[in-house]
Amino acid sequence: MRPAEALRRPTPWLIAAVVLAFALVPLRGNNVGLREELLLAAVYVILATNLNVVLGYAGYVNFGNVVFFGLGGYLCVWLVSDHAWPLLAAALSAGVFVSIVALGFGLGILRLRGAYFALATIGVNEGVKAFTANFPPWGGSTGIYLSIAAYGPLGGPANALWTIYFLLVAVMGLSLALSYAIRNSKFGLGLRAIGQNEDAAVVLGVPTRRYKAAAYSVSAFLPAVAGALFFFKSAFIQPDDAYDLVLSTEAIVAVMLGGQGTVIGPALGAFLYEELRSTLLTTQAFSNFQLVIAGLLLLIIVQFVPGGLMGWIHRRWPRMKRVLE
Amino acid sequence: MLGIIASIVDGVLVGSVYGLAAMGLTLIWGVMNVINLTHGAMIVAGMFALFYLTALGVPAYAALAPVLVGGFAIGVGVYWIAVHRMIGRPPLMSLLSTFAMNMVLIGLGTAVFGTVLFNVPVALPGLSMRGYTFTGTHLMAAALTAAMAAALYLFLYRTRPGKAIRAVASNREAAELNGIPTTQVLAFTFALGVALACLSGALIATLFPFTVLSGAAYQLKSFVVTVLGGLGNPAGALLGGVALGLLEGLVTPFMPVSWTAVIEFVVFVIVLIAFPSGLFPFLRHARVR
Amino acid sequence: MMPLLDVHELGKRFGGVEAVAGLTFAVGEGEIVGLIGPNGAGKSTAFDLINGVRLPDRGRIVFRGDDITGMDPRYVVRRGLARTHQIVQPLATMSVLENCMVGACFGRADLPLRAAESIARETADLVGLADRLAEPASQLTIAGKKRLELARALCAQPSLLLLDEVLAGLNPTEIRRMIDVVRTLRDRGISILMIEHLMQAIMGLSDRIVVLSSGRKLAEGTPADVAANPAVIEAYLGNASLAGFESTGA
Repeated sequence: MRPAEALRRPTPWLIAAVVLAFALVPLRGNNVGLREELLLAAVYVILATNLNVVLGYAGYVNFGNVVFFGLGGYLCVWLVSDHAWPLLAAALSAGVFVSIVALGFGLGILRLRGAYFALATIGVNEGVKAFTANFPPWGGSTGIYLSIAAYGPLGGPANALWTIYFLLVAVMGLSLALSYAIRNSKFGLGLRAIGQNEDAAVVLGVPTRRYKAAAYSVSAFLPAVAGALFFFKSAFIQPDDAYDLVLSTEAIVAVMLGGQGTVIGPALGAFLYEELRSTLLTTQAFSNFQLVIAGLLLLIIVQFVPGGLMGWIHRRWPRMKRVLE
Repeated sequence: MLGIIASIVDGVLVGSVYGLAAMGLTLIWGVMNVINLTHGAMIVAGMFALFYLTALGVPAYAALAPVLVGGFAIGVGVYWIAVHRMIGRPPLMSLLSTFAMNMVLIGLGTAVFGTVLFNVPVALPGLSMRGYTFTGTHLMAAALTAAMAAALYLFLYRTRPGKAIRAVASNREAAELNGIPTTQVLAFTFALGVALACLSGALIATLFPFTVLSGAAYQLKSFVVTVLGGLGNPAGALLGGVALGLLEGLVTPFMPVSWTAVIEFVVFVIVLIAFPSGLFPFLRHARVR
Repeated sequence: MMPLLDVHELGKRFGGVEAVAGLTFAVGEGEIVGLIGPNGAGKSTAFDLINGVRLPDRGRIVFRGDDITGMDPRYVVRRGLARTHQIVQPLATMSVLENCMVGACFGRADLPLRAAESIARETADLVGLADRLAEPASQLTIAGKKRLELARALCAQPSLLLLDEVLAGLNPTEIRRMIDVVRTLRDRGISILMIEHLMQAIMGLSDRIVVLSSGRKLAEGTPADVAANPAVIEAYLGNASLAGFESTGA
């Protein structure tokens, strides 16, 4: 799609508006509390939007999608802590490295269809987690701690936290832009054909193996960068947090809630889910039920509203399809 | 050397119970092309059922019968809540549906029981041979598994309901046209698969301590076994379980426990890619479908 | 003149059954060849073998001079051989236009979206789906879905089109419409190999008929020759309602 044509549609402007809102709103009055909340929301949006490329477009359930996030985090923290790399270089390298590794894994497990693939992705996550926990250079099961000195180059901890926040918001914007670009491209068309009926897609000439591997690899890059930034900010990374299947699962719930296969759906679902979750977590009683709520949500959506929020909106107001993609 | 053989034999005994667990999974998979991701939760349910029944004074092995029946009832419930509407839809949907159900069940479980370790003490005399003792509970579990497997075989191949199940598995429309109430058959089969899972959980509880989260590890083993044995093939599942048990017996003396899951997953992926119909092609006639 | 498609001694076995056994026939350029035979004769299997969905056990398939035996379906369509399916396979939640664009993007030429869209629109117009371009494919009637199946295959810009029972399940008006479309396609230079059970239609459309029975070629020739062939009539005796030979209109 030519840039001129893209700018004439509402979605790119919507994305820009969201990014600006995330960036500017906490800045007013130096609202650190709001920033932290939005940061978490941004992480969920990034994970869900990128997961959508494989889950929503191509129809492959990547249960272990958090592995990109965790591996990216590990690589970045390790590069900064052990080799004194600057943050940006470390984060970007993490993204590239994880994408390449994902391509390797992807070419192997993407031969598997449907449920087998889904289960294999859990295997990838658990395998990488076990490997990390037994890998001494990465701190084994104890993990890696970043010293405060790491924030020096960024102007000290307080400034660093703002910088990292803006970087994460930028990654979120890029994720949305990427999802939009893919959906409106020939690549996206092929992926969606695969998602609808892979056998038919093969007969129609779609290069399924290549496209699936590319989607899996591409969907790894930005979550890896996000993981790099997130764990740098946390100053601490450890296998159970990095490769947390709960987060992985929540990303899936977010995608389904918002509407898989659309551009805005997953982001909307992620935002709504994160708000719900943080509200629930404040009540001690409910913190135990986090998984139960997420599970019930997913159950209801899959059974009754498989198109999620976007699906419902598009059905109710078909003209919104042009406005809210 | 003898130590390794003892480890292998013990692995085979325990592995047979993995086979039992997988039988339920593979039956459901083969008959209705649904991957029951609540499988792990059902295993855990069986474990807890045994715990509470024995706490009430019921002897461990006698408690197995009510566990089987209770499991069946739960299975019917799960079918109607999470599975029924997903039949015929893309497999992704039934996957997510049972996955979601599992999240709810495990979430409730951890809320109620926490992550505390539970144990069911079962005293059974073992068998001693050449200085090595084979635990009584392991032997009993293997024996009961064999009996259950035989019963399942007889049911599927020598009874009318069994025949109906196999008919629906091979061609649902044709079965419907022949007057078989396919929805009931599907519900029954699912419940049967769940009952087997619960039973295997109860048996595992006689062998090892457990927590609410133990289900995940046994679910993984069940998947590996199912794939080893070939989809929809209960006999294959039993053999696959034994094979996995054998592998574990060979490997665990030499490797830290945390690597077991990794190895099992690698095996899983390799078998999926290289042996899509399982390791035992000679058992193909035993497939349900 | 070299035939467009040359199928030689094709064989395929499923377990104990030989679905296709030593099948040999050819399709020339600009021809409409009808493939008929009782149920289970191996017609759809032959299609699966030709476009690479299944691997033949033996035999050769030559298309435009190139050996495409066992070639992956996605490369077969690149060469200019497209097919429709007996059980239609619409990409359900995608629109009619998008369905066609998939066919156009990944067909004979590696087309960018824009070029694919214009081909898709043109083709949809040809088959009569121009007013339904924005509709999700799942919402079409069975006739609409059949037309979409055809349009999608056409968008690949094939030189040979394999049609698998494209008339099944249509009412008489729709059948007439579809027959006209098929004729138009031939006029545009697309050769056609079609499986059909509607005797009247296929006898009227085809230049040549190949009759299959139990995986083997039973007879071959013009519709009139085939209709008069005693072996063919016998093969169809069990399906008297299909043997509308008296009114071939050929």
